[in-house]
Amino acid sequence: MKSMHTLATAAAATMLVASAAQADEMTIVSWGGAYSASQQKAYHDPYMANNPGVTIVNDESSAEAVAKLRAMDEAGNVTWDVVDVVASDAIRLCDEGLAMEIDPATHLAPAPDGTPAAEDFGDLLVSECFIPQIVYSTTFGYRTDVAEWGGKSPSTVCDVFDTATFPGKRSLEKRPINNVEWALLCDGVAPEDVYDVLGTDEGVAQALAKLDTIRDDIIWWSAGAETPQRLADGEAVIGSTYNGRLFSVIEEQKQPVAMLWDWQVFDLDGWIIPAGLSDERKARALDYIYFATDTQRLADQAKYISYGPARKSSAPLVGKHADLGIEMAPHMPTDPNNAKTTLLYNYEFWADNRDDIDAKFQAWLVQ
Amino acid sequence: MSALPPYASKAQIAWYYGFRVICALIFFFLIVPILVIIPLSFNASDFFTFTKEMLALDPDGYSLKHYRDFFTNPDWQQALRNSVSIAPMATLISTGLGTLAAIGLSQSHVPFRGTIMAILISPMIVPLIISAAGMYFFYSRIGMQGTYWGVVLAHAALGTPFVIITVTATLVGFDKSLVRAAASMGANPVTTFFKVQMPLIMPGVISGGLFAFITSFDEVVVVLFVGSASQKTLPWQMFTGLREQISPTILAVATVLVTISIILLTTLELLRRRAERLRGMSPG
Amino acid sequence: MSTMTDNQSGPMLAADGTPLKVSLARALRRQKIRAFLLIVPLLAFILISFIAPIGDMLFRSVENGIVPETMPRTVVALEDWDETSGEAPSEAVFAAFYEDMKVAMEEKTHTKLGSRLNYDTAGIASLFRKLRKPMGNIDETQPIKPQFIDAEEDWGDPEVWQTIKRLSGYYTSSYFLSAVDMESTHDGIQMKDDFERIYLTLLWRTMVLSVAITVSCILLGYPIAFLLANLPLRTSNILMILVLLPFWTSLLVRTSSWIVLLQQEGVINDTLVSLGILDDQGRLELMYNQVGTIVAMTHILLPFMILPLYSVMKTISPSYVRAAKSLGANDWTAFWKVYFPNSVPGIGAGAVLVFILAIGYYITPELVGGTSGIFISNRIAYHISSSLNWGLAAALGVMLLALILVFYWLYDRIVGIDNVKLG
Repeated sequence: MKSMHTLATAAAATMLVASAAQADEMTIVSWGGAYSASQQKAYHDPYMANNPGVTIVNDESSAEAVAKLRAMDEAGNVTWDVVDVVASDAIRLCDEGLAMEIDPATHLAPAPDGTPAAEDFGDLLVSECFIPQIVYSTTFGYRTDVAEWGGKSPSTVCDVFDTATFPGKRSLEKRPINNVEWALLCDGVAPEDVYDVLGTDEGVAQALAKLDTIRDDIIWWSAGAETPQRLADGEAVIGSTYNGRLFSVIEEQKQPVAMLWDWQVFDLDGWIIPAGLSDERKARALDYIYFATDTQRLADQAKYISYGPARKSSAPLVGKHADLGIEMAPHMPTDPNNAKTTLLYNYEFWADNRDDIDAKFQAWLVQ
Repeated sequence: MSALPPYASKAQIAWYYGFRVICALIFFFLIVPILVIIPLSFNASDFFTFTKEMLALDPDGYSLKHYRDFFTNPDWQQALRNSVSIAPMATLISTGLGTLAAIGLSQSHVPFRGTIMAILISPMIVPLIISAAGMYFFYSRIGMQGTYWGVVLAHAALGTPFVIITVTATLVGFDKSLVRAAASMGANPVTTFFKVQMPLIMPGVISGGLFAFITSFDEVVVVLFVGSASQKTLPWQMFTGLREQISPTILAVATVLVTISIILLTTLELLRRRAERLRGMSPG
Repeated sequence: MSTMTDNQSGPMLAADGTPLKVSLARALRRQKIRAFLLIVPLLAFILISFIAPIGDMLFRSVENGIVPETMPRTVVALEDWDETSGEAPSEAVFAAFYEDMKVAMEEKTHTKLGSRLNYDTAGIASLFRKLRKPMGNIDETQPIKPQFIDAEEDWGDPEVWQTIKRLSGYYTSSYFLSAVDMESTHDGIQMKDDFERIYLTLLWRTMVLSVAITVSCILLGYPIAFLLANLPLRTSNILMILVLLPFWTSLLVRTSSWIVLLQQEGVINDTLVSLGILDDQGRLELMYNQVGTIVAMTHILLPFMILPLYSVMKTISPSYVRAAKSLGANDWTAFWKVYFPNSVPGIGAGAVLVFILAIGYYITPELVGGTSGIFISNRIAYHISSSLNWGLAAALGVMLLALILVFYWLYDRIVGIDNVKLG
């Protein structure tokens, strides 16, 4: 009998330990590569140091996050705790009830000077469910050693469309977003009218017609790592990608490439918490978000990757790159010298028109 | 095609060598992508590019850093461990069930044989993206998405057609009178299977098993959907690598895997020779 | 057999005294049961782990429960509305819609419904997303319709209601219509505008490219299989390793390797330029077009051609060709009239296998195919993971699968699936 009892206790103890281990594993979903590494150093490692009981498991599924969350929701089994997504995906998740609403007043740290979080993030809180971490931009890089350019270098985004002065292949993202805006801007549409024009069939046709003028010189990309590789190879002479990738090519890899900030398109990347978590997991996820989005943590991330922190109060704290020791502020997309002409990703417009314009864009591509 | 006879005409000699040159070129086509990745995996830069230093054979252009990355980076090591724990289990299931089913299918008078065969072969012919999405939705619903067994079962399903095909092929050449002979001498069906049938169809089972193994080991689309972080396999890690941060570590991994493949293939060939000796066929 | 036994005076008996016919039938039945028992575990496994998921996925191509389930009252009320009238529906419909949306907003299902309707008519998603504004200020004692239209005039647009009415059933053909570049409007079913057609073009291109890949696999695979089949086994098995090695190297790695080889600044172009064959300005475009897709896919699928072809050629007895030659045929005639016809089943087996596999690939075309070298599977993948239009992805999947099944059926008829050998 006694041995039975011991056995039962041992079994119960094992189960407890097992369930405790389960409870203390927190799955955080992000993009992988250098970006995840910067989050690991700036957020995960210090968080785990403060909370020795918690283990953070990294899942690199952000690219499929919306599809996977929707399927998890259908199945009623959400296995993720915190998910890093771009703002447009966050809005979609929030709309569909797949992400929980987070109240900045109660769930986010105020700035060191006491400014409430809602004010510190300002306009960047584009959805009730979304806490932005960084401002990144999609912009152009070009090779600085192209002989055919005769010493000239591109100075505006419209030089991308000027294949006579700047011959060579262009690397552009295989989707309409950003490309159609740039096309219209370079086709004489005033910046403030871009989305009104794009809202019509004629406007989309106009943008595609402009892209058609350089069609044979475009190599399309679908993964962020492709443009840097092509620029390093010389396969493309000018190409769009995320500004952090270009920073890495220029400063870390020392390739002969330079930035073209003109009409960079700002976008946000940040956290959501999936809806439908247990109270315990929800509390832990909120605790993590409170920690990881405070002023100092957001500024810390900029040490490892050149994306701008989403809080105003973090900007003055941005220091030097952790390995290279160079000042990071001039490499931030939000730096006044870089942000002379900018667009902000139009979430509202693309949420409505993405399917439709994408269908036209794809049809144009296969022609 | 064997040796050229002494009386061969000039045209025959020309054709004999011309044909061999054509074949050599095709073999070159088959092997050149693998030859390219080996030097690139020793690249000192972080791109898939033959740098000037490399072309000048300057030692500075080469480095072992991508190998170091593979062997020390916990992400790659975890991915390797996952691949090594998923692929053998999936292979075991698909080989076990596949061999039994192939033996069943080789009997005469199996009703609905064509339909059954089509169902069993289907994982090979359904486009992967459709399989991946289907399994993803379905496995989510039954709580298998993101689990070890979910990935194993998905990979086992993808591997079975290869086992069915290779084992059926060996059974076509199988002399059924051997089974009858064993039975007439008093062996029960189980003994007959293990003592007579099994050794003879073993080459088919092994080669089917290797195909199933490689299917799981090289599979990226399904695992990307059905798996979660804790099942991240080598191909998944490679895929993330290609998408997020191009790094020749992928090529270092591939070089290591190619080396392992060569060892596996050589083993397979040795096994084949042994099996053929057992079957009493000429070793050629 | 029966006539024979009938003619005999009594039934033939087996050793244990039962009629032979019964005994044989029993043995046959036992054999069938044994075969069946061997097959059942795998069959059950594949049915559950593979066929059920595929069926489940493909069912999404017609499933449309979200509309009638989210707005049950509206769907009933809309039955009386004449969609050709060119006017917004009556107060009754708006009242029903108001009731439905109260529930839907409570459950947060209204935006999902909006996304679904947006697949058919762009712009509806935002009407549903911004429902809070008209819904929040409704005075329930007053007529609902004018309040809705005052708050958001697009609710008075008959096109919105036409879309809802068209999609009000539990099942819909709208995904399949989209998948063949058609749309259903209140004027009936018609082709989409030229500049919006894509899927039929892509399907056709997928077929054409797959045929091109198959043909190049035959051209490259035939000599290799012939060589392997006619060399001594030891030599051919060593060479076989060269065939299998690429087969066993990660698909992603081989594709990356082709990028390194084929791009304009790549190994092939660099070599040609340094040999002086090409001018530096005149580098060949070998990638991001159909050439890239064909070359890389041929490489990936070539072993699937060589292996079945090789196993067929192994069975062609060399004495046939010798006999032909001894009867006076020259080498070419002996090959073309005797050897080649015997190897045709191998070509058939390899060709259909390669074709079926090619038609479903998507990672390689995505990376090397640019815009002209991509396949329909690329769009399926896009709709599954990016646009989340799973219904359309399923409809495209059904079309692709149907096409493949036709080829599988042909394959089974012409070659027989049992005759495929892989090494």
